[in-house]
Amino acid sequence: MNAFAPPRLSLRFLPVWRRHFLVWRKLAIPSILGNLADPMFYMLGFGYGLGSLMPRIDGASYLTFLSAGTLCYSTMNSASFEVLYSGFSRMHVQKTWEAMLNAPLALDDVLLAELAWGASKSMLSGLAILAVIWTLGLEHDWTMSLWTIPLVLLIGLTFSAMGLVVTALSPSYDFFMYYFTLAITPMVLLCGVFYPMERMPQLLQVVAMFLPLSHAIALARPLILGTIPTAIGWHVLNLLLWTGASYWLATGFTRRRLLS
Amino acid sequence: MPPLVSIRSLGKRYGATEVVRGLDIDIGAGECFGLLGPNGAGKTTTLRMLLGLVQPDAGEIRIGGMAIPREAREARQRIGVMPQMDNLDPDFSAAENLLVYGRYFGLNDLTIRARIPALLEFAGLSGKADSPIATLSGGMKRRLTLARALINDPELIVLDEPTTGLDPQARHVIWQGLRRLTQQGKTILLTTHFMEEAERLCDRLTIVDHGQTIASGRPRDLIDREIEPFVTEVFGESVAQWAETHGSCCERLELSGESLYCYGRDPDRVRAALQHAPDLHYVQRPSNLEDVFLKLTGRELRDA
Repeated sequence: MNAFAPPRLSLRFLPVWRRHFLVWRKLAIPSILGNLADPMFYMLGFGYGLGSLMPRIDGASYLTFLSAGTLCYSTMNSASFEVLYSGFSRMHVQKTWEAMLNAPLALDDVLLAELAWGASKSMLSGLAILAVIWTLGLEHDWTMSLWTIPLVLLIGLTFSAMGLVVTALSPSYDFFMYYFTLAITPMVLLCGVFYPMERMPQLLQVVAMFLPLSHAIALARPLILGTIPTAIGWHVLNLLLWTGASYWLATGFTRRRLLS
Repeated sequence: MPPLVSIRSLGKRYGATEVVRGLDIDIGAGECFGLLGPNGAGKTTTLRMLLGLVQPDAGEIRIGGMAIPREAREARQRIGVMPQMDNLDPDFSAAENLLVYGRYFGLNDLTIRARIPALLEFAGLSGKADSPIATLSGGMKRRLTLARALINDPELIVLDEPTTGLDPQARHVIWQGLRRLTQQGKTILLTTHFMEEAERLCDRLTIVDHGQTIASGRPRDLIDREIEPFVTEVFGESVAQWAETHGSCCERLELSGESLYCYGRDPDRVRAALQHAPDLHYVQRPSNLEDVFLKLTGRELRDA
């Protein structure tokens, strides 16, 4: 069998997803708190604090501007942490995957469940920020802001898939530092979470254009500001390509790691 | 009746190392079969190939008529596996572990919940349904892992070193459990390092080393065929010297450090020869499977 044959998708992933959900339910309160509190305090602190020193951006308060970035970044973080730390525990430390593979599940089912679960959990983080946005009335058009819900799901899928590649290649937890330092942190700082990308030097803008978080924010920000995003197809396609390519690679690397 | 498990000329290599070389195994329905061998002999790789988790490089595997690895998922539907390392879900209670695992077989919750009490009873964990895994002892976890392997009411149960790391009490409980399963007509394939375990439980067994079969048969027949019926273990500083002068009192000698193993048919002759060597201690006993194993695979360490 060629390890890099296309991933097989099957509904058999559902009992595995339910397993993850059942574990999450037991730890839901600290988990929700962690997902919500951290990004929320950043958003409120910077939004009100720095925002008071700043002009309006694109006709919106800095807090509103920042909230769209936080929505994406919080979703990204949550997906990454889930598939990296928790995923690696399940694969390597607790050997949960091994137990599943002894049952009539294929590795592809287990991975699809990781992808779906990472996206589900990160969607919750995104929705928590959206709830804060709604509570504070930051959105300029409520119906428009509803479109961020499917967007958050897509962002969750993208970053879960990307994280799974790293999980597949990691010898230990320490390895994740490379990914966070060399991929996640640059995205947070270059892709327009805290300030418009256009304010960056040309070279950094070009780099950012290739990073998936830019495309997520390019969609989320107009939706919060109540306008229709430009080049929707291009941004969605970008996120889908990152998702598909990463998931394919992650499946290949994981098969090679566990099934030879 | 065709065997439930049939392995023919199985081969697997990793780079230049041939881990499994031309292995043939047949396991009849209702049999308890042992796969024995030192560390690195290829046992775990063989089990992984049997479950369809590793692609063989050569040979053929069939389980109940299904071709492995092509139909491995369907085959695993009818197999229960007890892995070498416990991989219970630490976040769940004993009963939740069984419930969640049963779902992986596509069983509905009603069916699984109906099976749980009997499985916990089988594992001697009736009062522990709601206990978190962290509160269970090593033996309890092992028994729960065995119960989990039965959640799909399997025809074939595959056990990879089921009692490694357990104290004698816990080991005996597992053995009783396995005997009950064979009485129910289940087929068992187990790997083990404990020759006593294999001797007690297995109808037939195969000893593998360096990926090849070096002996197979019923435990009693193997002992009769491969080795002299009695052994005298002699210990002491002057044991090598004694071996030179009195070694002819037995048929075969194995010297390992300050221990000498004298194999023969006549234990009285050896005892008589030891009369005049008061500084040597000795133990006499009938030969067992461990003697066969050590004769065939050698005494040197495998992980050194």
